[in-house]
Amino acid sequence: MSDYLLIASRDPFTSPSTREVYELASALSERGHRVTLFLIENGVLAARGSADYGALREIAAAGVRVLADEFALRQRAIPAHALLTGVEAAGLELVIDALAAGAKTIWH
Amino acid sequence: MKLTFALMDAPFESERTTTFFRLLAIAAARGYDIGVFAYEGAVHFPFEQQTPHGNVVHDTDTAAENHPLPKEWVRELMAVAERAGGSIDWVNCGLCVDERGLTPAVAGTRRGTPADFLAMARASKNVLTIGTR
Repeated sequence: MSDYLLIASRDPFTSPSTREVYELASALSERGHRVTLFLIENGVLAARGSADYGALREIAAAGVRVLADEFALRQRAIPAHALLTGVEAAGLELVIDALAAGAKTIWH
Repeated sequence: MKLTFALMDAPFESERTTTFFRLLAIAAARGYDIGVFAYEGAVHFPFEQQTPHGNVVHDTDTAAENHPLPKEWVRELMAVAERAGGSIDWVNCGLCVDERGLTPAVAGTRRGTPADFLAMARASKNVLTIGTR
């Protein structure tokens, strides 16, 4: 079992390849790896509870830890309480923590 | 602890560069040894001839505009890392520098090749490549 950190910086509404990152997160989780999907920059737009987008709900339900960058959320006026169920706000420190711990980290 | 980052975005054009410097700031404050391989547009960051300017739209002079200069970010983060007991080994892709005529660069940075990136990666606990596409 490995630790993976997938960083999704694009929103899936304008960048269809983001969906592939979500699929990778699910596939890795299904194979027993510990997976964190970190939404950053415009990637946080998909985490709005008001967005009509079910992919993140499915990923969170599949066991992937889904987090959203606090800074990117503040920039876009998205309060933590407005996030999709299963998505939590987190600081960027977690990326450095993951790198320092040796997690396999991929930027998209 | 050594971490290495690769970036290819130019200053002022992408949110990725903001994120990159945020990451660097965290790692520098922790006293990590940091490798940076800057290539393509990212070699603009430590270019010494950047100058601040006023903004007629904002009706500000140079001092009031206080325009951020990436070379100062590079210099300051190197100082932060050093104060915390770490270091930043900033390598600019030499070919990318020459193509763009970007000399001189901030003292303490150096020019190199992808072979330097490989060497830094091998010496690091982990690597993050922030791709443009």
